[in-house]
Amino acid sequence: MDVSGILFVFLGAQIIVATVGTVWSRNPVTSALFLVLNFFALGGLYLLLEAQFIAVVQVIVYAGAIMVLFLFTIMLLNLDNERALAEKFDLRKGFAVLLGGVLLVELLYIIGLKTPIPIKQTALTTVQLGEAKYIGRELLTNFLFPFEIVSILLLLAVVGAIVLAKKNFTTSPKS
Amino acid sequence: MPNDYLLSLPILAAAGWSVLLIILEAMLSRAALTRVFAMLGFALVGGLSVIGFPLQGLAFSEMLRIGGFQHFANIIFCLSGLLVVALSEKYLDDENVHYGEYYIVAFISVVGMMLLAAAANMAILFIGLEMMSIALYVLAGLMRRDVRSNEAAMKYFLLGAFASGLLLYGISLIYGATGELALHKIAIAIQTGSASMLFWIGFGLLITGFLFKISAVPFHQWTPDVYDGSPTPAAAFMSTGAKAAAFSALIVVVTNFSTLLQNSPTWSLVISSIALATMVVGNIAALAQENLKRMLAYSSVAHAGYMLVGIAAATPDGYSGIMFYTLVYTLMNIGAFGVVALLESKENLLLASDYAGLFKHRPMLAGAMAVFMLSLAGVPPLGGFIGKYKVFAAAVDAKLTWLALAGVLASAVSAYYYLRVVYFMFMRDPVGEAISAPATSSLAFALIAVAVVLLGVFPTEILRITDAALKFAQLPTQTGF
Repeated sequence: MDVSGILFVFLGAQIIVATVGTVWSRNPVTSALFLVLNFFALGGLYLLLEAQFIAVVQVIVYAGAIMVLFLFTIMLLNLDNERALAEKFDLRKGFAVLLGGVLLVELLYIIGLKTPIPIKQTALTTVQLGEAKYIGRELLTNFLFPFEIVSILLLLAVVGAIVLAKKNFTTSPKS
Repeated sequence: MPNDYLLSLPILAAAGWSVLLIILEAMLSRAALTRVFAMLGFALVGGLSVIGFPLQGLAFSEMLRIGGFQHFANIIFCLSGLLVVALSEKYLDDENVHYGEYYIVAFISVVGMMLLAAAANMAILFIGLEMMSIALYVLAGLMRRDVRSNEAAMKYFLLGAFASGLLLYGISLIYGATGELALHKIAIAIQTGSASMLFWIGFGLLITGFLFKISAVPFHQWTPDVYDGSPTPAAAFMSTGAKAAAFSALIVVVTNFSTLLQNSPTWSLVISSIALATMVVGNIAALAQENLKRMLAYSSVAHAGYMLVGIAAATPDGYSGIMFYTLVYTLMNIGAFGVVALLESKENLLLASDYAGLFKHRPMLAGAMAVFMLSLAGVPPLGGFIGKYKVFAAAVDAKLTWLALAGVLASAVSAYYYLRVVYFMFMRDPVGEAISAPATSSLAFALIAVAVVLLGVFPTEILRITDAALKFAQLPTQTGF
């Protein structure tokens, strides 16, 4: 196993541990910190795949900006430990765990088959592929339409968040 | 390039119009005005789809596939949006949640539906699905003071996000197996090579995501709770527009891989069993419901099963049957939910027995409701019968006679709970005071009912359109102009 292989296993294990930690920790702040770790490790994986720009954006935007806001919100809300959410183990849950386990084993088996992954031929070197310049070019040529239409999705998120979260929402005057 | 804009004009117009709605609401904040403009927008986009019906081709670097199928689907979405917006006002006023944002969110949801139907690339497929779903989560939770509305929104959001996760994982595995995101290029990659196990598991996860959205068994558990807790017009929108959109996307995906899927006995078996389970579970659960909204929710599960029979048949006839079915279903189900919404507000009339003697007070409304119920049950000569006939006939042609037979039996069972409502409305004497409802809305329902009857009596024209509309969707390898 070469260096990138070892790094991949290391980062992958870190992501799994951090994800499980996010779900399982009772304290919301711990959860959020585990999520930060998850995002950092994901950034590392992007770097291994030679996507430098995406890796940097991942760390700055997700691990940096978004999670800091997240942490501030949690601290401002002053949440208690979520003990009330802890549920007892029942038969239905056991069945769900069983089904989930079966799905996991299936996926692991299929991924273990080592299907040859087709490598797309391109004129660019791997270093160029990950550069902001080439990502920008792709976004504004081949992926122009999805790039632009996502703005409507963001607008929807803003409007939806306001509708659901605004305090003292008054209905507009009836005509 | 100019051709790209011309081809995707309905989608671009809808996207632009949603921005216009936001500006309008932000500047004037008059819900009634936003409502009128939303209705105008639906009419405009639907009209553009009618005018552009013959246009076909791939647009914007093969991101969008536009053809008769997409235009037909757009018309269904706009019709659904228009009817829901038209019928929402009284309900929202009564519940004291008449926000202009409601119409904006519903409008953007329709933009998402149009993207789903027009997706030629899995990136668009995902964006469309998310746009539609996020809007529906917001609509489900609109009544913020109502605990059950909160529960509906939370449940829908958590399960929906999980389904989106499965779908996204499926997309990434398909990308891993073929190295392509464009559906028609994936089809070519599979034809030249062979479909690997990695592709199949990705495809399975992708289909699972859609099965969740159409509430097929065993991914249906959210349906009754969400429809019951949501504002009733929003539930009507989820059960018609969103279902039609998920089915359009499903048809787009399976037609792209048709050669692969037609040679796969496993696929046929899996989708037939899901269709069977959906029909059986939906109908049997609906039998036990006293609450009309929950009954309609389970009935919508059952109808998803009938439509899946068309997917199982995997023939152009089956797909064309589904398109016709979604059109009729949109009309009759919005009608049924609309009547419930009209009567439910304030007085909280939700049980079938509350409708006793409705015919005596409001003959027109009761008559329209009877048409919707009979059409949902599939009684000839109403629209619902033709829809069922088309998908079941396609199943028989595809040598799935047992499935068609099961479908007929299941819809015979369904007649019980639909006719029960009719029985209460016509045969029983009214209990308590008269149910009040504005006369104008009775007229609107009567018009919808007439449309349902007309679709049943003269289906040939529409069926010819759906057959023609499918031609372009059937050509997976065509790459544009």
